[in-house]
Amino acid sequence: MPTSFFEWVAFFVNKYGLFFIQGAGTTIFIASIGTIAGFAIGLAVAVVRTIPVEENDSLARKLFYKFVRFIFVAYIEIFRGTPMIVQAMVIYYGSAELWGLDMSPMVAALFIVSINTGAYMAEIARGGIISIDKGQYEAAQSIGMTHSQTMVNIILPQAIRNILPSIGNEFVVNIKDTSVLNVISVTELFFMSKSAAGTYMRYFEVFFITCLIYFVLTFSVTRLLLFVERKLEGPDSFVIHGSQTVPQAVIKGGRE
Amino acid sequence: MSNPVLTVSHLKKTFGENIVLKDIDFFANEKDVVSIIGASGSGKSTLLRCINQLEKPTSGDILFHDKNIQDSGFSLSNYRAKVGMVFQSFNLFNNLSVLQNCVVGQMKVLGRDRKEAEQRAMDILSKVGMDQYISAKPRQISGGQKQRVAIARALAMDPEILLFDEPTSALDPEMVGEVLNVMTSLAKTGLTMLVVTHEMDFARDVSNRIIFMDAGVILEDSTPEEIFNHPKNERTRMFLNRSIRNT
Ligand SMILES: Nc1ncnc2c1ncn2[C@@H]1O[C@H](COP(=O)(O)OP(=O)(O)O)[C@@H](O)[C@H]1O
Ligand SMILES: [Mg+2]
Repeated sequence: MPTSFFEWVAFFVNKYGLFFIQGAGTTIFIASIGTIAGFAIGLAVAVVRTIPVEENDSLARKLFYKFVRFIFVAYIEIFRGTPMIVQAMVIYYGSAELWGLDMSPMVAALFIVSINTGAYMAEIARGGIISIDKGQYEAAQSIGMTHSQTMVNIILPQAIRNILPSIGNEFVVNIKDTSVLNVISVTELFFMSKSAAGTYMRYFEVFFITCLIYFVLTFSVTRLLLFVERKLEGPDSFVIHGSQTVPQAVIKGGRE
Repeated sequence: MSNPVLTVSHLKKTFGENIVLKDIDFFANEKDVVSIIGASGSGKSTLLRCINQLEKPTSGDILFHDKNIQDSGFSLSNYRAKVGMVFQSFNLFNNLSVLQNCVVGQMKVLGRDRKEAEQRAMDILSKVGMDQYISAKPRQISGGQKQRVAIARALAMDPEILLFDEPTSALDPEMVGEVLNVMTSLAKTGLTMLVVTHEMDFARDVSNRIIFMDAGVILEDSTPEEIFNHPKNERTRMFLNRSIRNT
């Protein structure tokens, strides 16, 4: 048996290396799917919530939108206002009790993280949409583009680019917060660590390793997202075209 | 004489308690270049915005070639493609290049294919002197250049009327000329134009009619010669004196 801290760390790395990697893989998997699905949910909610209702729309239409908005606001408030660890318990055990659903912990985990992230993303995406100045929307309308054409071609590309840092932030939060899913026995990094530690009753050494792994995960993701953001910003310069028949670069120009 | 392209009758617009347009009647014939002048807050922008339905009129009718644009069967999308608008603050699509700013509407609204739309956009961009900048993003060009692209974007839709809402008011003085030149040459091509402006030289020399608005009503609607030399209304004279002294 190892005797010092470092010997224990080395012991766990050797013996449980694969175990840790599996846990980390599961964590990244749930966090990625949860963030992507959550983004899709949030974007959809935000797009629906920002559909303009005109004064002279029919009463039925107005009432329908009012109802839909109420549902969405309720969803956002409930999921942002309760801890994910509690949501996990309620949804996992509740779905079995109430509807006899036999979800595997993994399916439940994906569902919970997605729906939870969606609630945060809905507000982030709405902020992104309404931060695009109204002038561009009106300009699109003034050449005859419909609301949905304007959203798809003009507003959303800009809104999504602007909220990219917040989406990245949600991803990092999800990597850390999937640890609470150990309460429904999802075999993510925290759960794996707890089992390894429990076997030898060495919590400090194991969770020291776990801590490092979480940090490496979040740090790499942060760097990666920064890189993607820079790429998406596009070049500072543009090409000045010589003539319209020979569109070849003659001068480089740029501002800002 | 043919019927007017655009007829506005008894147009009224209120924002809450605030009556912004009281009882507006006017028309624009084909090839008319109408300058709309008046003090800030007199309702000029609101009038243009009602004409292309960015604001819904409280009451009154707007006819485009004798068709009421507020009728339920009327296609607002087609109408807006035919009635272009140029804004004071340019409002270019910031995610798109200069070329794509002039292409997206043609493809989405008029259903042109990309090749045709790009060809048309190139033709017009070269007319406004912006064909060298087709791959630039709006943030990379100057105010005057932005406004010329905005004009090209509207022209690419082959409009019958172009509405201008103070197109040079947000520009640095040295860039006003390039935009006015483009507008002047457009007027010469026979495009019907409604231009809200504080550029009195443009109003006098380029337009064939001037409308003077005051507190939500049209006080005078006449030729530049009449308005500048024999204004019928005391308020018109006061406004013109003030404007000409300022420039
Ligand atoms: N969306 C709006 N809500 C409330 N009041 C408005 C709105 N738009 C314009 N107004 C008011 O209408 C009046 C006329 O505005 P506007 O048409 O912009 O005048 P102008 O273009 O001649 O300067 C102003 O008093 C302005 O405050
Ligand atoms: Mg105005």
